[in-house]
Amino acid sequence: MITINGTGVPLPDDLRVTLLDLLRDGLNLSGTKKGCNQGACGACTVLVDGERVISCLALAVQYEGRSIVTIEGLGTAGSLHPLQQAFIDHDGFQCGYCTPGQICSAVGMMDEIRRGVPSHVTEDLASTTLTLSRDEARERMSGNLCRCGAHNGIIDAIFDARQEAAE
Amino acid sequence: MSIVNDAKQLAQGLVENVVSTAVALAPDSWIPGGVPDPLIAHRHGHVGKPISRVDGALKVSGAAPFAAEIPVDGVVFASLVYSTIARGRIASLDTRQAEAAPGVIAVMTYQNAPRMKSPPAFLSAPKAAGGDDAPVMQDDKVRWNGEPIAVVLAHSQEQADHAKSLVHASYESEAALTDFAEARARGSKTGLFMGHALHDEIGDADAAFGESAVTIDSHFTTPRHNHNAIELHSVTANWTGDKLRLHDASQLVAHTSWSIAQMFGMPEENVVVTSPFVGGGFGGKCLWQHQILAAAAARLVNRPVRLTLSREGVYRMVGGRTLTEQRVALGANAEGALKALIHTGTVAKTARNALPEPFILPARSAYASETMKLDVQTVELDMLSNTFMRAPGESVGTFGLECAMDELAAKLGMDPIELRLRNEPEKDPLSGLPFSSRNLAEAWRSGAERFGWSRRKPTPRATRDGEWLVGVGCATATYPYYRMPGGAARITLSADGHATVEIAAHEMGMGTATAHTQVVADRLGLPLDAVTFLYGDSTMPGVVLAGGSQQTASIGASVTAAHRALVARLIEIAGNDSPLAGLSPDQVGGRDAGLSHLEEPGRHETYASILSRSRRESITVEANAPDPLETMHWSMHSHGAMFCEVRVNTITGEPRVSRFLGSFDCGRILNPKTATSQFRGGIIMGLGLALMEETQFDERNGRIMNPSLAEYHVPVHMDVPDIEVMWTDIPDPHAPMGARGIGEIGITGTGAAIANAIYNATGKRVRDLPITLDKLM
Amino acid sequence: MNLFTYARATSAADAASKFQPAAKFLGGGTNLVDLMRETIERPTALVDVTGLSSAIAEGPQGGLLIGAAARNTKVAEDTLVRTRYPALSRAIVSGASAQIRNMATVGGNLLQRTRCTYFYDDEGSSCNKRQPGQGCDAIDGFNRNHAVLGASSSCVAVHPSDMCVALAAFDAVVHIQRDGQELKIPFGDVHRLPGDRPDLDTTLHPADLIVAVELPPLSFSARSTYRKVRDRASYAFALVSVAAALDIKDGKIADVRLALGGVAHKPWRASKAEAMLRGGPATEDAFRAAAAAELADAEPLSHNGFKIELARRAIVAVLVELAGVEA
Repeated sequence: MITINGTGVPLPDDLRVTLLDLLRDGLNLSGTKKGCNQGACGACTVLVDGERVISCLALAVQYEGRSIVTIEGLGTAGSLHPLQQAFIDHDGFQCGYCTPGQICSAVGMMDEIRRGVPSHVTEDLASTTLTLSRDEARERMSGNLCRCGAHNGIIDAIFDARQEAAE
Repeated sequence: MSIVNDAKQLAQGLVENVVSTAVALAPDSWIPGGVPDPLIAHRHGHVGKPISRVDGALKVSGAAPFAAEIPVDGVVFASLVYSTIARGRIASLDTRQAEAAPGVIAVMTYQNAPRMKSPPAFLSAPKAAGGDDAPVMQDDKVRWNGEPIAVVLAHSQEQADHAKSLVHASYESEAALTDFAEARARGSKTGLFMGHALHDEIGDADAAFGESAVTIDSHFTTPRHNHNAIELHSVTANWTGDKLRLHDASQLVAHTSWSIAQMFGMPEENVVVTSPFVGGGFGGKCLWQHQILAAAAARLVNRPVRLTLSREGVYRMVGGRTLTEQRVALGANAEGALKALIHTGTVAKTARNALPEPFILPARSAYASETMKLDVQTVELDMLSNTFMRAPGESVGTFGLECAMDELAAKLGMDPIELRLRNEPEKDPLSGLPFSSRNLAEAWRSGAERFGWSRRKPTPRATRDGEWLVGVGCATATYPYYRMPGGAARITLSADGHATVEIAAHEMGMGTATAHTQVVADRLGLPLDAVTFLYGDSTMPGVVLAGGSQQTASIGASVTAAHRALVARLIEIAGNDSPLAGLSPDQVGGRDAGLSHLEEPGRHETYASILSRSRRESITVEANAPDPLETMHWSMHSHGAMFCEVRVNTITGEPRVSRFLGSFDCGRILNPKTATSQFRGGIIMGLGLALMEETQFDERNGRIMNPSLAEYHVPVHMDVPDIEVMWTDIPDPHAPMGARGIGEIGITGTGAAIANAIYNATGKRVRDLPITLDKLM
Repeated sequence: MNLFTYARATSAADAASKFQPAAKFLGGGTNLVDLMRETIERPTALVDVTGLSSAIAEGPQGGLLIGAAARNTKVAEDTLVRTRYPALSRAIVSGASAQIRNMATVGGNLLQRTRCTYFYDDEGSSCNKRQPGQGCDAIDGFNRNHAVLGASSSCVAVHPSDMCVALAAFDAVVHIQRDGQELKIPFGDVHRLPGDRPDLDTTLHPADLIVAVELPPLSFSARSTYRKVRDRASYAFALVSVAAALDIKDGKIADVRLALGGVAHKPWRASKAEAMLRGGPATEDAFRAAAAAELADAEPLSHNGFKIELARRAIVAVLVELAGVEA
């Protein structure tokens, strides 16, 4: 069994099925998107036990016993997660296709920041207390491509939602 | 594209030339837009407000249904096999192993595919949608490296993908022409674009160039590009009897419906194409072989078929932007007035399509040069047909032209903005038509002030910050106003005062539904929540391409026409008991959920009242937009002043854009929030064009070698600085709503602004895109 | 993707017992699953080793021992790694994306295969690494990302890892399990140059299981860094990268570690440069001479000649930074 958004789901019979295809084709949870199936775009990002991963290179069978949260598990159109609302407020998307991946990725990123995980632009590796600068957010979100060019709005939304969480 | 088609295009072009002369001379009032859209004067409604997207909640929650996500009972999955030679024939195609693989239902090849006509190539007929006119899996010929040669159908995608690797093909190769230089050596011909030769001359430009006091003569190259929308192309084809339904990701549903109907020899209305959400298009989500193969395969196996291209598949069979080689020669007097503007060069296309990348379009209306020579030569290669990609022509044409203007300014010792303003034309330099609205000088002025252009150091290499050299540059952005024929809309007004607009238009992220909900609400005098805007379905009225930045104008003109019909109908059914009795449609407008006399607003009746008095649940009207004669009567263009700051690493050559500002003159901005995203999106794609994007086409065998988002670089978050955009917001009096399209202009001028900033930073002129670090070390 | 069986290993011994011919050990899957989908890798059995040791602990002589199943992120964020071996932390976070680093294991990172686009084009291109004897389409093709050092007429591919460049610089030792025995292999002996067998990326046997990577103690490892040069500002493979550690005593270079990425079929330990630098002055001139010596045998292909100069400059810049001298 895999737990998906709190519900137990049996493993697929075909071992080749990825977590992404299990979600999209097996469970009709099509909020998780397929943009390349090459591990190169981040559109398929989901949270596994709170950590962001790309589901297109994740064989579902490897995730037995793990807890997966997808965009559908973060919030629904009638009850949005604060970050989802911030994406709307800051126009952090255009076509909306990379958006669920961006949002899941940003949720995972916030946790990494709290944990003190360094990034390529972190100057002081010795310090485990991180400040989320715009460059830190940009670097950490670089695994999520957006072709419409909503990058500024995405970063704005992340800062806005963080602000809200802090208040 | 056959010679017959070329001739047909040319003949059509000649007729248009005659018509356009007549239209140019006609009085303004005869022309659509001759009387300004009343909405332009309406300044306190929904239009112009930064309203969040109407479909935002659906998109951020993953609930917006994209093409691959519409559940269809009994659907089977397809996987494609692609050719590995550029030209020749299939000698053998062994599908037995694949057919025997678990879950496989059938393998379709040219041997068993249903017979179909070739697709009508885009621009060959009003509703033609095909990326080219090559037969689709009808014979053993191979026309490009990557052409689909087999479709494997299975119960799951995993099974289909596995079986695909078990199809074995062998080929008899023929000599293929895949080398651009070799093709050019064999000779080129003048490009034909929408029926017109891509060749313009004013005076003797070569002679004037030779006599000019100051000259620049530079060569530029731009590589192939791919759209790389993040959504993979996907279609589900489902036959019910002799009716076909396609769930597609499309920027031209009506064109696709007609074109597929032609191929299968069936009535247009029997092909229904729906596309409620499109995960990015940029010119790439049109009709290619996958929709046709899915439809054919679905007929073959008598089951619905879902065909989602792999990312590699998108590169193999959906065309991208072609390469260009450009020469820009500028001659000026010592004061910077242009005496000669020469912009010529060569592009590659195929024998099967009609799109020579028209890189001379910007030069046609940019500057008041005394003489001009513009020319696009084409060669034909054995490759996947190229197609339009965001600002075809302008995106790469402005790179050459606007870099050359920067070079000329440097040679003259003149500020590059001043040089451009000095050559600002009073009327269209080629056609002589008046501009409908041109406020580029204002865009430059306000943009320069905001950017802090006056702090620029004109001498290269003057600013250093640690390892980094810092420079600034600028360029003009330009994109025409288009409106294509065929627009139409339906409005249904219900007794509760709710209006539903239907039009076969598209939402690929531009904010179509949001902006037009605002427009319709203002036009009808309704609150936003009393308007529903429906689109993305070929059964709706209109032939509306989401391309050429023309969709907004097309929808605007269509809704205007339908609205006029609605008002006429309402007055008619309102009858003599209404306060509106006796008024003509021209005398009333939408206001406070009803109609009112334009001069005496007190004469008003609500829609609900009119409908209930006439005992109607609802009324529906439909109307066609007038032909777009305004584009033959005025020279209609959007412009922008693009400013850029770059940093170039002195050790590694790494170029990074650190600041960007676009100051636009695009008529009235309907929604500042979504418009900001459109402008920024174009600029970011321009950043990719400038610094990193290139489709690697191996000229030895015509194979694309980086069919992957890992190896084809598009900008990532870390590449994108904060981008500021601003606009004049001066309405174009001759465009619907006063608005010109904004989807493409952002990519124009951007490449040149970045290259010019790199020159200012480093003293290096890089004229070959992309400007990667090896060119700057 | 071919059909395969799947088994989860609970211990190294269990992993070995579940291994069979044509099997592969599966880590995070970020490279292997991609290659399986491209049918470049066609294992008939997968033995999932992500449940094996992922511990990061102090080693016997003061170094670090990292379990092969440790995810890249866990290594990069580990306090001991980031304070004692900062170059390793920096190398890891400059590779791939955060999502991939959360999945990828240390063992898998060592075994990732080249990104040569001709290697990836299973259907349409010739590649000796994929199929020995087929020929190499990269040598006269798009080779901007390819090797300038140690290449052969059979193969010009480069190793894509960032992490491995730092491990090479730190003289890491790879602990493997082979035939029930644990062997320790010096990092430099794990990856190989292509020669006429580019199909072999490493010297490991197919059934060898990487169980841990040991970072030996190095008195000056804290004075280390990693610099990566690439076409995008993030999420791109290295054109050139440099991992270095520097020990300066009394104005002289007491010791130095230097390795390059993006230039060869294996993480390239710059031994010549190190030898020249040891005992010499910590000046930019000395760094430049050492960099030139290291690259003296470099051979450019049609599109990658810039890498030679880029590698020289990157070496100098990194050493200048570590030495704290004026450039």
